[in-house]
Amino acid sequence: MAEKRSQAIRWSFHDERDLIEEFKRSPIGHHSPGLQRLLNHMRGSPMANKYCVFETKPNREWQLAKTSGVRGKPSKLIGKRFTRRVDAEWYVFRQRWKAMTGETLPIR
Amino acid sequence: MMKITAYADQISAAPGETINFMVNCDAPKFKADVVKLICGDENPDGPGFKEQFVRTPVTGSYKGRKQVIHAGSFVQIDATDSPQIDGSFTFQAFIWPTTPEKGQQGIISNWSDRHQTGASLLITPENDGIGLKIGAGKGKVQLFKTGKRLLPNEWYFVAASFDSNSKTITLVQEPLHTHMRANDSGTRRHKCKFSKIPAHTEPLIFGAQFKRPDKGRTACVDHFNGKIDSPRIASRALNRAEMQALKVVPIDAEIMHDVLGAWDFSVDIMGTTATDISPNRQHGRIINLPARGMTGWNWTGEEMCWRHAPEQYGAIHFHDDDVYDAGWQVDFSLTVPHTLRSGLYAARLRCGKTREEEDYVPFVVLPPRGKTTAKICYLLPMGSYMAYANENMVNDAQIGQLLGGRLVEHNRYDEYRGIHREYGSSCYDTHSDGSGVCYSSRLRPILNMRPKYRSWLGAEGSSLWQFNADTHITDWLEAMNYDYDVITDEELHRQGVAAIEQYKVVLTGSHPEYHSKEMYDAMDAYQQRGGRLMYLGANGWYWRIAYHKELPGVMEVRRAEGGIRAWEARTGEYYHSFTGEYGGLWRRNGRAPQKIVGVGFTAQGFDISSYYVQQPDSRKREVRWIMAGIDKNEHIGDLGLIGGGAAGLELDRVDPLQGTPPATYLLAQSENHTDIYLVVCEELLINYPGLGGHENELVRADLVFYPTPNGGGVFSTSSIAWPGSLSHNNYKNNVSRMTKNVLNRFASGKPLLD
Repeated sequence: MAEKRSQAIRWSFHDERDLIEEFKRSPIGHHSPGLQRLLNHMRGSPMANKYCVFETKPNREWQLAKTSGVRGKPSKLIGKRFTRRVDAEWYVFRQRWKAMTGETLPIR
Repeated sequence: MMKITAYADQISAAPGETINFMVNCDAPKFKADVVKLICGDENPDGPGFKEQFVRTPVTGSYKGRKQVIHAGSFVQIDATDSPQIDGSFTFQAFIWPTTPEKGQQGIISNWSDRHQTGASLLITPENDGIGLKIGAGKGKVQLFKTGKRLLPNEWYFVAASFDSNSKTITLVQEPLHTHMRANDSGTRRHKCKFSKIPAHTEPLIFGAQFKRPDKGRTACVDHFNGKIDSPRIASRALNRAEMQALKVVPIDAEIMHDVLGAWDFSVDIMGTTATDISPNRQHGRIINLPARGMTGWNWTGEEMCWRHAPEQYGAIHFHDDDVYDAGWQVDFSLTVPHTLRSGLYAARLRCGKTREEEDYVPFVVLPPRGKTTAKICYLLPMGSYMAYANENMVNDAQIGQLLGGRLVEHNRYDEYRGIHREYGSSCYDTHSDGSGVCYSSRLRPILNMRPKYRSWLGAEGSSLWQFNADTHITDWLEAMNYDYDVITDEELHRQGVAAIEQYKVVLTGSHPEYHSKEMYDAMDAYQQRGGRLMYLGANGWYWRIAYHKELPGVMEVRRAEGGIRAWEARTGEYYHSFTGEYGGLWRRNGRAPQKIVGVGFTAQGFDISSYYVQQPDSRKREVRWIMAGIDKNEHIGDLGLIGGGAAGLELDRVDPLQGTPPATYLLAQSENHTDIYLVVCEELLINYPGLGGHENELVRADLVFYPTPNGGGVFSTSSIAWPGSLSHNNYKNNVSRMTKNVLNRFASGKPLLD
C-alpha cells in the first residue's frame, strides 16, 4: 500500500516548493490537483499513531494528539496546543513532510 | 474522561407523561435540572450557547453511583426452563466464527462460574480449535480441544459429547467447505477424570458464558463473535450418524426422544425469542439484539429474502459489543408539567465544574395528546440521530481526514466512546469483528446527541452535525419569535399522518436521512392533503429503516445494494429482521428522495461550504415572494457557521428521472465546492475521472420549491449547512430572509402561487 501511494505522488507535482507555499497560504479549502494528491497521501494512513486534534477549549483551542488505532485504547495527547486550526494543520504538514522527505520546513 | 453519563427511557413525552432518567456518576452526588435547549452551539462567532432553566421538581441533588453496561449478545434460557444436564450429554451446532483468534468464546454454555461446574462448548483460547470445558467443582475443571485452528468466516459443524459411563469426551470439528492446507478438521477423543457433573441453577447460554446476575441483567464473559445456527442438546453421547440426524428439521423421532433442546433461530425472526422446537419447549430470551435474518449454514444463494426461505436463515450473528438496553436503575423521573410548552428540552446533570463533569439528556416535550399548540411543527429526526448514535468513525475511520479535508477533531465524549465500546456504536460503525452495525438503540447514553458537542463531520467553523446542528433551527425559531411545536419522527411512525396533519407547516432538521415506511407514507399523505413542508437540509429520505414490533427505542438499517455506505450488508442479508422489508436506500425501494422532496443526494464533502447563485425561476411572478427582500444579484448564503456557507456538507439535486415533479421551480443552485466534495456512488454506474467539486456538475445543491395538491407545497434547501447560516449578522442575512419568507407564507395558509 505504501508503495502504491508513493507512486501516486511521484506523478503528482513538479515543483514541491509551490505546493508547500500553497498549503501554507490556505491549509483548508480549495487546493490545486497537485496539492490535493499530496494531501491525500499524507492523510490516508491507517489509524495507528495518526495525528488528530483534541478540543481543549470549545472553538478556541485544540491540543495535538495521535489515535491509537486500537479499539478501546485512548488517543495520546501530545504537548502542542493551538488556538487556530490552520496552525495545527501547518504543524502536522511539517511533521509529515519531514517523515516523507527528511526535510525540516521552517515554521514560518 | 467523562465522569457522568446518562440516558432516558423516552425521547418524547406529552404533559402528564413521565420520563425516567438513568445516570452513571463517578462522584458521590450530582445536581440535576431541566433546561429548555435553544442553541447548543458554543461558537463565539455565532449566537452562542443558550439554554433556559425550567422550574420542575427534578431540580435537586442526587446520590451518584457508577452504572455499567454489559455489552455482548447471547441467548439465555433460565435454569427453571433449561434442560438439566447431570450425566451424559451432547452439545452441537453450526458456527461461523468471525474472530476465532480473540480468546475463549462460548458457543453452548451450561456453566456455573461460582461453583466451577457444568459444561461449555467453546472456541478455545489461542484458537486451538473447538473445545469442551467440563467441571465438577473447584480444582476439578478440565478443558479438551481438537487442536485444529478454525478459519474465520467459514462454516463448521461442531459438537462435543460426554459419555459418563466411559468418561469419554468426543469433539467434532467439521468444516462445511474444504480448503487445501487449512488443517481445520478433526475429531478427537479424550478421557475425562470424572463421571458426574453436579447440577447447578445458572442459566444455559448460547454465544457467551454466564458470569453472574447484576441488578436485573445478566453479565456474561467469553462472548462469541459470529453466527451460530441450530444449537442442540441431547441427553446422551450421540454417535456421528445421530449428530447428523439432529442437524436438520424435522428431527427424526427416534433421536427426538433424547433431545433436551433443539433451538431453531429461523422461527419468529421478527421476535425476541429463541424457539425450542423439541417437545420440551424451553425457549430462550435473546439479549442485546444480535443480528437476525442472517444467512445460515445451508443458504444456497437462490433466495435473498428470509421470508421466502426462512429455513435457510437459521443463523443469529452474535457480537461481543452488541447492546440494546443498558438496563440501568432509575435515578430520577420527570412527569411533564401541564404548563410546559412543547419544545426541545434536556435534563442537565452536573457533578463538578469541568466539562467532563457535565452531561445532558435531551428529550422532547410534545403538545398535549391529540392537540396542537402552534401552526408550525418542528419534526425532530430521531431515527437519524439513532443511526449516528455513538458514532465511532471519529476513532476508527482511516478515511476520516480524507473526507474532512483536515485533521479530525476529537472531544471528551469521543474519547469516552472510543474507550468504552460497551456503550455500543452507531450504524456507521462496524462491530469488533468487522461486521456492520445494523441496529441502534436509544436506551443507552448517546454521547454525540448532546448540546455543546462538536463533530468531525461538521465542516470548519462551528463543526456541528445532526442533533446539535439542528439547534441552529430552534435558535432561529426562538430568535424570530415563532410559536412552534416539536414532535419526533417516532410520533410520525406510530400515529401516521395524524401526528402532523393539523399543522400548517412542518420543518425538518438539517439531515432527516432515515425513514420507516410508516414515516414516509405519513409525510406523503400530508403533502397530498395540502400540507406544507420545509426541508431545511439534505440527504433526506435516503435510507429505509424499520422499528421493532415489540421492543421500544431501537431501529434497524441494512446497508444493502447501493448508496454511500460505511459498511456493506453481506449478500442475502438485505431484508430487515424486524419487519421482513427489503432494506437499503429508498431509491432502491422505488421511492427516490426526489419523489418526496423534489431533490435527492448527489454529493458530499466535509471541509468548507459554499453559496448559491439565483436562477431564472426565482424571478417568476408566481414565486417571487420567496425572494422578497433579496437582490437578484446576491449570492445566497455566502456566509455561515457551518463551513462559511449555506451550501455544504451533503447536497441534493433535482433529477426528473428520479421523480422531481414537473412543477418544480429551481430557485438557486450552488457552485464553487472544493474537490473534497465528490459525487455519490449510486450515481456512478461506471466510474470515471473528475468526480470532485472543481470538475463535476453533479456536485451542487439545488434550492427548489414546488406546489403539491390541495394548496400544499415543498421548499427544499438541499444543503445540510443551511441552518448554520440562519443566525449570521444577528439573523439579518438572505438565508434567514428567505427561510422567513417561506415559513410566513406556508404558515399563513394563503395560496403558494401568486
